[in-house]
Amino acid sequence: MTAKIEVVRPGVFATVQDLGRPGLAAIGVGRSGAADRGALRLANRLVGNPEGNAALESVLGGLVLRFPAPATVAVTGAPCSITVGGRAFGPGSPILLRAGEDLVLGMASRGLRCYVAVRGGIDVPPVLGARATDTLGKLGPPALSAGMTLPVGQRVLPHPGVDLAPRTPLPEVPILRVTPGPRVSWFTPGALSTLVSSGYVATADVDRVGVRLEGPTLSRARGGELPPEAAVPGALQVPPSGQPILFLADHPVTGGYPVIAVVEEADLDLAAQVRPGQWVRFRLA
Amino acid sequence: MRVLPYGARAAMVDFDDPSEVLGLQASLEQDPPDGVVELVPAARTLLIRFDPGRTHHDRLAGDVLDRSTVDVAPRESAEIVVPVRYDGPDLADVAAAAGLSMEAVVRRHEDGTYVSAFCGFAPGFAYLTGLDPALHLPRRTSPRTRVPAGSVAIAGEYTAVYPNASPGGWQLIGRTTLPVWDVDREPPNLLAPGTRIRFTS
Repeated sequence: MTAKIEVVRPGVFATVQDLGRPGLAAIGVGRSGAADRGALRLANRLVGNPEGNAALESVLGGLVLRFPAPATVAVTGAPCSITVGGRAFGPGSPILLRAGEDLVLGMASRGLRCYVAVRGGIDVPPVLGARATDTLGKLGPPALSAGMTLPVGQRVLPHPGVDLAPRTPLPEVPILRVTPGPRVSWFTPGALSTLVSSGYVATADVDRVGVRLEGPTLSRARGGELPPEAAVPGALQVPPSGQPILFLADHPVTGGYPVIAVVEEADLDLAAQVRPGQWVRFRLA
Repeated sequence: MRVLPYGARAAMVDFDDPSEVLGLQASLEQDPPDGVVELVPAARTLLIRFDPGRTHHDRLAGDVLDRSTVDVAPRESAEIVVPVRYDGPDLADVAAAAGLSMEAVVRRHEDGTYVSAFCGFAPGFAYLTGLDPALHLPRRTSPRTRVPAGSVAIAGEYTAVYPNASPGGWQLIGRTTLPVWDVDREPPNLLAPGTRIRFTS
C-alpha cells in the first residue's frame, strides 16, 4: 500500500515542487520547479532521495503535516522551528517520524521558502514529465490545502549517513551578481550602473513568478513597445515605470518589457529567499 | 541579424525580418553548434540557451552569424484545419473597428493561411501569423478576467486559439472544440512553431 501524508495546515502557501520542466519553453511551458533549487536538492539528499524527487515548498513555514506511517523527512531553505510530537529539531537534518506523528513548521525567521523532503518523494502524477506546480502556467497539482492527502513514492537511494548539513546563514542584504541583458541598449547609458550601485527593496509583490522591486528608476533611452520575446529565470525586466521585476521559477515564457540585466543562475537560490520589504543589491559579475 | 548577450547561459538573436526566426531555428536544429541546450523562438527573436561549460557567447555568435537563414526551409508540417463557430463576443466590435461587415470579417479570417510563429503567454498558446492586415486591431482596452478555452481571437498582427481558460485581452471572434492543448497527448500542443493552419466555419 502506498504511504500517504495528510496536510493538516498548509500555512501561507505551499506547493509540490521538483526540478521542473526544462526544455519546453518553445511550446509555452516554463521550467518552474523549486524556486530555491539548492535547498530542494539538499533536502532530497538528506533523506536519501534522488535530487529530482518531488518535495514541498512552503512560503514562510506554518505547514503542519500528519504521517500515518513512519517516515524520514528533512527541512531546508528558510530557517524555521521544527517540532515533531513536542520534540524540537533543527533544519538540514534527517528526522525520523513515528506513525501518527505531526511535523510542525513554525514561521520562517529569515528568508521566504522552506523545503520538506520525504524519503521516497511526493508521488503525485507527473504532468509533462514533472510533478512541480507551475502557478502561472497552471500545470501540476493544486496548491496544498487542509485535508489534502499526498502519496509518498518509492524512488530512493541508500541513506546518506549524514546527521547535519551546515549551511551559510541567509544574508541580511543578498548581493546578486548580474550580467548585461539583451536590451541594455534600450536604457540610458547610466541605467546599468544605477542598478548595480543602488539598493532595491522587494515590494509586497513577491511570488513564484517574480519579485517586484522598488528603487532608483532605470530610465529608458527609447520608447516604443517590444514584441514578445523569450525570457529566462533571473531576467530583470523593466516596465515603463522604470522599477525592475526579477523573474523567478514560474516567470512568463515570453515577456514584452526590455530586460536590462540577468541574475546569474548560481544566485537564483538566494533571490528566491528574498521576502517582501527586504533589501537586495546587484553587482556586475 | 544581431546576437545579443542574455546572461551567462543564453544569447538572443534579434532579426529585422520576423520570417528569418524559424529559418535560423531550422538551421540550428539540423546542424546544432556544440553546447546548445534549447531554442525558443518569439516574434522577432530566437533565444539560444547554452551550456556555459561547453561553449561561450562569442563562439556561438560567430557560428550563428556565419549561417544563412534563407538556405534552410523551415520544417514542413501537415496543415491543421481548425473548425470554428464564428460567434465571439467581440465580432461586432471587430467588424465596426475594421469598417467591415461581420460576414466579411469571418470570410477574411477563414481565407487566411496561417503559420504558427511561436508560443508564449500560456502553455500551448501559439501566435499565428498571416492575419489579413484589415484585421490588425489592438487588444481590448480592458482585458477579460476569464476567456474560455477554445476561444479564437485576434490581436495586432496575430490570431490565436486560447488553449485553456485564462485571463486575456485579445478580441474574441469565435470558438473551436478542437483541443489545441492536451498534457496527456504527445506532443501536447497541436500548433507547434512552423505548423500551417487554416480556420473553417
